[in-house]
Amino acid sequence: MGKQTVRYFKKDESIENTEEKSPKKDVLTFDVTRVKKKPWGRRVEDRKISKDKKKVKQKSNPNPKFKGKVKVPEELIEKYSKGEGVDSKGIKTSVHRKRIEKKEKNVKFAIEQAAKTEVLLTECSGFLEADSGETTTQFTQKQIVQNVDISAAAKHFDLRLNFGSYRAKYTRNGRHLLIGGRMGHVAAFDWVTKKLHCEMNVMESVHDISWLHIETMFAVAQKSWVYIYDNQGIELHCIKRLNKVSRMEFLPYHFLLASCSDEGYLSWLDISIGQIVGQYNTHLGRLSVLTQNPWNATLCLGHAKGVVSFWSPTAREPLAKMLCHKAPILGIHVDPSGTYMATSASNRELKIWDVRKLDGPVQEYKLIQAANHLNFSQKRMLALGMGNVVEVYRDCCATAAKRAYLRHRFVTPISNFSFCPYEDVLGVGTASGFTSLLVPGSGEPNFDTLEANPFQSKSQRREAEVKSLLEKVQPEMITLDPTAIADVDIPTLRDKVEAKKNLLYLKPPRINYEPRNKAKGKGGTVKIARNKKIVQEEAKKEFVKKKMELMQEDETIESSKPQKPVHVLDRFLPKVKKK
Amino acid sequence: MKVKVISRNPDEYLRETKLQIHKVQRNYDPNLHPFEAAREYVRALNAVKLEKVFAKPFLGSLDGHRDGVSSIAKHPKRLSLLISGAFDGEVRVWDIPQKTCLRDFVAHDGIVRGIVYTISGDHFITVGDDKTIKTWKSLIPQFGEEEEPVNTILSKTVVSGISHHRKKPIFATSGEVCQLWEETRNEPLRTVEWGVDSLHDITFNPVEGNILASCASDRSIILYDMREKYPLRKVVMKLRTNKLCWNPMEPYIFTTANEDYNLYTFDTRNLKQPTNVHVDHVGAVTYVDYAPTGKEFVSGSYDKTVRIFESEKGHSREIYHTKRMQRLTCVLWSLDNKYIMSGSDEMNIRIWKARASEKLGPLKPRERAALRYSDTLKEKYASHPQIKRIARHRQVPKHIYNAQKELRTIKDKSKKKEANRRAHSKAGEVPYVPERQKHVLKEQQ
Repeated sequence: MGKQTVRYFKKDESIENTEEKSPKKDVLTFDVTRVKKKPWGRRVEDRKISKDKKKVKQKSNPNPKFKGKVKVPEELIEKYSKGEGVDSKGIKTSVHRKRIEKKEKNVKFAIEQAAKTEVLLTECSGFLEADSGETTTQFTQKQIVQNVDISAAAKHFDLRLNFGSYRAKYTRNGRHLLIGGRMGHVAAFDWVTKKLHCEMNVMESVHDISWLHIETMFAVAQKSWVYIYDNQGIELHCIKRLNKVSRMEFLPYHFLLASCSDEGYLSWLDISIGQIVGQYNTHLGRLSVLTQNPWNATLCLGHAKGVVSFWSPTAREPLAKMLCHKAPILGIHVDPSGTYMATSASNRELKIWDVRKLDGPVQEYKLIQAANHLNFSQKRMLALGMGNVVEVYRDCCATAAKRAYLRHRFVTPISNFSFCPYEDVLGVGTASGFTSLLVPGSGEPNFDTLEANPFQSKSQRREAEVKSLLEKVQPEMITLDPTAIADVDIPTLRDKVEAKKNLLYLKPPRINYEPRNKAKGKGGTVKIARNKKIVQEEAKKEFVKKKMELMQEDETIESSKPQKPVHVLDRFLPKVKKK
Repeated sequence: MKVKVISRNPDEYLRETKLQIHKVQRNYDPNLHPFEAAREYVRALNAVKLEKVFAKPFLGSLDGHRDGVSSIAKHPKRLSLLISGAFDGEVRVWDIPQKTCLRDFVAHDGIVRGIVYTISGDHFITVGDDKTIKTWKSLIPQFGEEEEPVNTILSKTVVSGISHHRKKPIFATSGEVCQLWEETRNEPLRTVEWGVDSLHDITFNPVEGNILASCASDRSIILYDMREKYPLRKVVMKLRTNKLCWNPMEPYIFTTANEDYNLYTFDTRNLKQPTNVHVDHVGAVTYVDYAPTGKEFVSGSYDKTVRIFESEKGHSREIYHTKRMQRLTCVLWSLDNKYIMSGSDEMNIRIWKARASEKLGPLKPRERAALRYSDTLKEKYASHPQIKRIARHRQVPKHIYNAQKELRTIKDKSKKKEANRRAHSKAGEVPYVPERQKHVLKEQQ
């Protein structure tokens, strides 16, 4: 039969032959050859089908009134896109190519589905439009409040407090507010219903405050140490390892409380296990400008030399450094999508950077007064705090903004502000209290219940806490590119090649030959010296041999290019010597 | 001046009564869901860890036999019934969910070599070392009635294995010769032989009902066609094949359990070499049975373990072992693709889950969705080193661990020796032989 594959239902000559030769027995026999059976395996049919498929032409639309599926707009696809995906052309085996293609198709489908859900969103974002001859900048808070509905108007309020300059922070769902006055006044409350959780005086200076992962706990950086309180104001922890902290940031997905200190230390405290994950001396002097990049959870520090440095808890050195200004940096903030970073310096400059590429500046502004505070809203509006004036800019990143969108002047200097997530509100802490300003169009109108829910009930909060703890991202995964974990691991291959290359330029190993102390009379200094030389020579030979082998391997790869066709008469040419 | 500020009516976002479920708004904007990849990875890691936590495959054992279990058979239509035969000639009928013995009687003098159900399942046929083929009723005899076979055939030769046709009332026995029987007749329809001392196993192809395969004591596998006079083909392996099983979904594929610790999957269209070699056992493989889906099969071995293989893969995906389980004699994959039954030397039949961490019983829709999601995640991040390590790791008994180590050194040694020989001989003198070609001696027809 040779190599030919055998099918049972085909007429098999060899079997037939044996039948003729052998004597007949009374046994049931069927003539299989007459039964026409399909060949085993479906390959032939499949090929036929695929051939036929190619012949089928697309029919023109029978009903021109009905245009078929509505196409999802390009910009929406862009918004929900998960990157360009894998190119299947480079894959050699068809099985894997098909697998990858199928995967890509699924990803594409998912993107489209996500883009289509846009129409289901119930709320639309706020806006402020000026009539002709007016500018939005001229509208005062009073006018805005008069023109909005009652429930929205209630979101504008003013707290007159006299415990020094106030810092204010909102929870991730935008429902709760924490304020801390320089002179020790700390208060946590639900600012929508104005229900107070706790209010106290810590009897020490308060430098910064921060919510932890839920609204039942918050951290306060006091005179020398960081304290953690619960929502009734009971002191839960005193963290003495965080010393003289000036600014704090909470990384919600990593459960890390990041802080920088007056003494130049940067530290990350894992609040789920109570351990310090990383604590480094930055050697960059006093640290007082700190913000987090919400896209990749790196910390951005602004320094007096005009440098912005990016930090992760795994590295002792900064991941990157950028010289942004030629004057001390006063404020940094990164927009929630992690695309743009705004920096301001004492020479009245404001620059917008593309922080993904660590590139820029995208925009450069020269302000009337140096901006001490910066804050991006969810809809990428930028608030600047200059002395006792707050200015809000719209569309200032990709395009240059000509004038402020809104402006508000306070009596006392501003100490801190932040946009409230999922609300059109900017909370400003000043030296004389806290003010909540309405900034129409600054917040994201549609929240995701499973991510951050302003209407969270107690049971929902508990469940969300457990879920988020289960999904805690490890601090080692804080890198400049957070999507790296889902990428194909190409660099390692490159590293391998590099390593191999490096091997070729290695020096032979030094061998320190130490002779054993043999019995008396067996050796001698001459013999020992000779043996030593032999061993060293051998090691060197071995090394050189290996190196040559590696070199040759590379050469064979190079020489595998198509060569000239060999002619019959070539055999009479003089032989080329092999290396 | 036109102005609008976000102002949400709480009634639209809160449930009206406590009896309702919470309202859920979704917004799939990627900016609201940062760290997508990292969080997915963590979820995948958790899923794979939980899979390990829930991996409790052992469900229970059926004990009662007074000697090692020699053969078991599954009912073609009922999932809860199982028949087992022992080395002392005893046959027991089991109710699997209750884990009780419904019926026990001594069927043969000596070992029960094989049991099969008839197509309808109302009779079963046993063969034993006493050269008899006995047909029994599946119904339990009334009180006072004696256990008696419906029919007893005294074979002229030794009978060592039996297999029933999937659709016709025909069965085949192996022994010194291969015999085909009709259920109602006492004489074999046909007798086929091919110069072999004895055949110890025979199996009907479940799809192409005319094809039969048997394992012979001269290390060969013989294929028969019921319609032909003579056997079709014979493959001679290096070592003896213990058991053979046809793939129920692909009629031309069968897998053999071999004495050399491996399983071989053959394609009948090309018997020159197996299409796949399934390694991992560290003892002779005694039994193999396919899952009804044809995607997986289970094997029992003399190394006291049960292993589950994916039919396309060379290595097992699962190993089952217990401290008390001795050498395996037979394993079966249940017809609902959920359970595995294993009979072993130490008189017990054990019931296992086919997927170790699967939850038994009905699943709620949300539960099912969550499991599916975690399965997809596991697949997506399967190649990440940590996830791969956790998913692959199995705690094995010490004797298996040591044997694996020993086998590895043996393999390395022979590889090195071959490489040395190749290095010191003329180019092409010592050829590279693929693993698949090493184990087949020849194909005859």
